[in-house]
Amino acid sequence: MALLTVKDLSVHYGMIQAIKNISFEVNEGEVIALIGANGAGKTTILHTITGLVPASAGVIEYEGPCNSNLLKTPPHEIVSLGMAHVPEGRRVFAELTVYENLKLGAYTRKDKNEIEEMLNNVYKRFPRLEERKKQAAGTLSGGEQQMLAMGRALMSCPKIILMDEPSMGLSPILVSEIFDIIKEISESGTTVLLVEQNAKKALSIADRAYVLETGKIVLEGKASDLLNDESVKKAYLGE
Amino acid sequence: MTNVIEQLINGLRTGSIYALIALGYTMVYGIAKMINFAHGDIIMVGAYLLYVFIDIFKLPIILSVVLTIVMCSLIGVFIEKVAYKPLRKAAPLSVLITAIGVSFFLQNASLLIFSANPIKFESIIKVNAVHIGNVSIAGITIVTFIVTSIAMVLLTSFIKYTKTGYAMRAVSEDKGAAQLMGINVNRTISITFAIGSLLAAIAGILFLSQYQSLKPTMGALPGIKAFVAAVLGGIGSIPGAMLGGLALGVIESISKAYISSQLSDAIVFSVLILVLLVKPTGLLGKNFIEKV
Repeated sequence: MALLTVKDLSVHYGMIQAIKNISFEVNEGEVIALIGANGAGKTTILHTITGLVPASAGVIEYEGPCNSNLLKTPPHEIVSLGMAHVPEGRRVFAELTVYENLKLGAYTRKDKNEIEEMLNNVYKRFPRLEERKKQAAGTLSGGEQQMLAMGRALMSCPKIILMDEPSMGLSPILVSEIFDIIKEISESGTTVLLVEQNAKKALSIADRAYVLETGKIVLEGKASDLLNDESVKKAYLGE
Repeated sequence: MTNVIEQLINGLRTGSIYALIALGYTMVYGIAKMINFAHGDIIMVGAYLLYVFIDIFKLPIILSVVLTIVMCSLIGVFIEKVAYKPLRKAAPLSVLITAIGVSFFLQNASLLIFSANPIKFESIIKVNAVHIGNVSIAGITIVTFIVTSIAMVLLTSFIKYTKTGYAMRAVSEDKGAAQLMGINVNRTISITFAIGSLLAAIAGILFLSQYQSLKPTMGALPGIKAFVAAVLGGIGSIPGAMLGGLALGVIESISKAYISSQLSDAIVFSVLILVLLVKPTGLLGKNFIEKV
């Protein structure tokens, strides 16, 4: 069943059309990768879904507790529909402590026991965060900030989690660690929409993928097929 | 020696009022990234409201104080909705000019209603002076210290421990990321204006109790001095506004007593120039480079 359906989406930045009539869907339980070069429009798509950037045309349907067109939902109400967004560049609140960042992740949650339980889950998944819970988030390393951004998103108990370039700027060991965690998150039942420049890693954990080029989807299919596709190999896998 | 101590105490009294007002400037700057130059005039609005409730409607003092604070809060929120919210995406200069416009509007509205003649007002604070050795501390000074201390402790705990406080800090750092957490940015900005205006109303009541006279421009000078205090402490920083306010009050009072009472305002504003030249981020402001 499609959890998220994007239909004929267009986005403009002033005169420039960044997204050109894109359609795709994300089914419940899947890991979907959006891959493509810098400037292809991957981040813009995620920003449009969670309302940080307005769309100029199209529909984004989301099968949450109530069927909704996300383009007509105020941005701050989207997270309570069960959608969390780990933004590009982590964007943790640098002056707040790790603990405060995580609490903000559960901002829309009211049940104190549930928040406590999620906090314990996040600490279990990312023991480093518990060690540093009283530290300002700005003092963490890049990898730790990425973990904090992911933990913060998990605090809202999302049905679907959007991740934007989680591997950016991290060492190869950390990249593998982050992708293992994404796999774990997916295995625990959360749907994942992943935007990545590291196409190889992304395709290795994704079920299906869409390849973007200058605002258009040029290729789509099963991730395992795309991994072996000659044009993808040439353009994105450096083979 | 006694004289020096008394001057210091006077300075801290005026300074704590500046600090209350500076908190409004700094919080609004932190969250909405704008200098609300109409903020000082909320002091005047608060003073006139108190006068109307007590001397014209003859309401009990406590009720009048509460009504004044609540109404100033609402007026602050209303001003933000009407004048600043439509300019959320406009250039900073447009917002600044609008704020100056709102300031003129408030001053001229009260000029229209109450005329330019100063109105006498009998202080609502009737506490006897306290003598410690040779030093005497006026009742209004003691009340000012107590009220401002309570207000600052409450504000600091509110920002540090409540959910709304978390939201305010998140919005001041990164509006987009705050939205992704489910925070309603517009509501958070409204709350900030409400709190800032509430503090300005308290400052207005204390100010009126000290000087016992009302006129439409009475908020302008303390407003602008509190702005200097906020910059001195580091605009955007809450402890900075408190420290900046107290420091400025003491500088003003000492220069009035020992340098020249005519030059004291000039000295206070030289502090602004000096801070901008030497440490533009202020005493407690952070040295950060804005990312492009």
